[in-house]
Amino acid sequence: MSAAEDVDAAGGAASTFELLREGDGLRLRFVGAWTTRELARHDAALRRLDLEGARQVAVDLGACSAIDSAGAWVLDRTLEDIRQRGAAVTLVDCSPAIETLLGTIARKHCELPPAPRPENPLIAVAIRVGRETVRIGREGRDLVSFLGLTVVVLLGSLLRPWRIRAVPLIAHMEQTGLNALPIVGLISFLVGVVLAYQGADQLARFGAQIFTVNLVAVGVLREMGILLTAIIVAGRSGSAFTAQIGTMKVNEEVDAMRTLGLDPMEVLVMPRVIALVLVLPLLTFYADVMGLLGGAVMATVVLDISFFQFARQLSDAVTPWTFWVGIIKAPLFAFIIGMVGCYEGLQVSRSAESVGRQTTRAVVEAIFLVIVLDALLSIFFSVIGI
Amino acid sequence: MQRSGSAIRQGEEILSVTGLRSQFGPSVIHDNLDFHVRTGEVMGVVGGSGTGKSVLLRTIVGLNKPRAGRIVVFGQDVASLSAAETRALQSRWGVLFQDGALFSSLTVAQNIEVPMKEHSDLPPDLRKELVEVKVAMVGLPPDAAHKFPAELSGGMRKRAGLARALALDADILFLDEPTAGLDPIGAANFDSLIGDLQRALGLTVVMVTHDLDSLYAICDRVSVLVDKRVKVGTIDELMREPDAWIQEYFGGPRGRAAAGSARRAAEGAGQPAPPPLPPQGT
Repeated sequence: MSAAEDVDAAGGAASTFELLREGDGLRLRFVGAWTTRELARHDAALRRLDLEGARQVAVDLGACSAIDSAGAWVLDRTLEDIRQRGAAVTLVDCSPAIETLLGTIARKHCELPPAPRPENPLIAVAIRVGRETVRIGREGRDLVSFLGLTVVVLLGSLLRPWRIRAVPLIAHMEQTGLNALPIVGLISFLVGVVLAYQGADQLARFGAQIFTVNLVAVGVLREMGILLTAIIVAGRSGSAFTAQIGTMKVNEEVDAMRTLGLDPMEVLVMPRVIALVLVLPLLTFYADVMGLLGGAVMATVVLDISFFQFARQLSDAVTPWTFWVGIIKAPLFAFIIGMVGCYEGLQVSRSAESVGRQTTRAVVEAIFLVIVLDALLSIFFSVIGI
Repeated sequence: MQRSGSAIRQGEEILSVTGLRSQFGPSVIHDNLDFHVRTGEVMGVVGGSGTGKSVLLRTIVGLNKPRAGRIVVFGQDVASLSAAETRALQSRWGVLFQDGALFSSLTVAQNIEVPMKEHSDLPPDLRKELVEVKVAMVGLPPDAAHKFPAELSGGMRKRAGLARALALDADILFLDEPTAGLDPIGAANFDSLIGDLQRALGLTVVMVTHDLDSLYAICDRVSVLVDKRVKVGTIDELMREPDAWIQEYFGGPRGRAAAGSARRAAEGAGQPAPPPLPPQGT
């Protein structure tokens, strides 16, 4: 073999081992570099070494050019294995370096305790269901007490409005309100378009296309405008609240605040909740306008209903209450979204991983609660007849 | 030493950086920096805050793109390698990040197995045995192997990170502040662990550190980052440098204390005073 072939890509000499008969004993000869990347080829063969009943095994390391800790381990394991089978082992030509490595690395090995067994999948499911039920129950209870705390602090702030922090309040209004305008506007406009298009399709069968306007107006003003805006805001701002406060928790900023005598409820939670309560009605109004605009554009294009006709039909179709029913819900939804976002942020433990988990939770819970509340309010409004 | 395969010889340059320029926006971190590490030595990298110690280390292992310069590791120019060659190269170095950087969703044992699964075709039962060897090597208790990183103390996380860095018996080990955040006893233990492993495995170690005791205890040579370049030498050589920062660093109260305790430790052990000489070629 030429020297070039003797060298593998990694730069170490390729390894082999051979078992030679030698009188009534055996000679086990290791050749080349016994390093981690070489071992995969030899491991199985070394485990199934056939000693042919020999009582004497000479292990020859003279041609072993290099060895690393993994190689030392495999060597040591093999020697131990041969001894276990009742043969005497002698090391031949073992360089002091290899000897130290055998002594320092391989001998230190100790077996790990078995990895904890995974539960039976059925039991695991039962355990998870139980655990999650308890968690959700606790979370519900904690959310209610956080709701109480928030209301108390909010009332305190309203009684002493000079304690409300103006700069963060304005900043959060900008982030949650002004910056949400493009996405809220676009989505509302498109929903108006979709409603008008679907409505026109169905109502044309009765020759009642003009009532498309009623459909769009009632749909957007009472439900779609506020609901979509709330969902967008929960995804955009509720999650941001959790992530912001959660990151501060991870950095121990919240603890630092407490030691400086600042109340995180006042400093972190209040500006966010108040900002959202102030901003969401405005966003909803904007979403209503954009939704109606989308409907009007669609009506013009598909139904040949001019803007003028659209406006006249609109004033017949809706009462001020149709509009107010949508807007009234906005502060309630805003309060829920803000509160859940801040609550989940404060639940973050000291690991970065939990920031992600709580953020997901915040968005899911906020959207869930918003839709549940919306359903309850729909029933309520229909009972009182508006 | 035993690791000296045909490509790597003791005392040769295992890593050489020439003309390195690192820049973030307008701020230049390194300018025309040269940095050479010999096989089998422990090289300490020190410098004031913001002088780019970690950046140098991250640039060498390919996490930052240098603006200019050549990085040659194991005789190969890192920039000219194909994707497959880069992967092969990555399996030959180990990196220990500051807090261990263990994957938080995996147990310690699984963390150590990651490089083995990724870069080798070792059979599963041999992998398991090698994990046991590595766990014992870095002095972790066996029951720590099935714990998740969040359940470990800072010192144990670093040991686990070191075990992962050593999973494939790397030829060169990069350590980023290995003793930062450990108590003095833990730091001293970690120093001696690295020293022992380095001697047993014939490793080359590049270690970014602030810890003067580590420098005296295990480093053969030290590189100081000043003026966007490095000054290299043994601690004694560096003490003769006129540079104000270097004088302040080694000659300040902490530097003198570390030197004193290192000397006492050496006298106690009946050895010549540190810093040790660079390893001789074999």
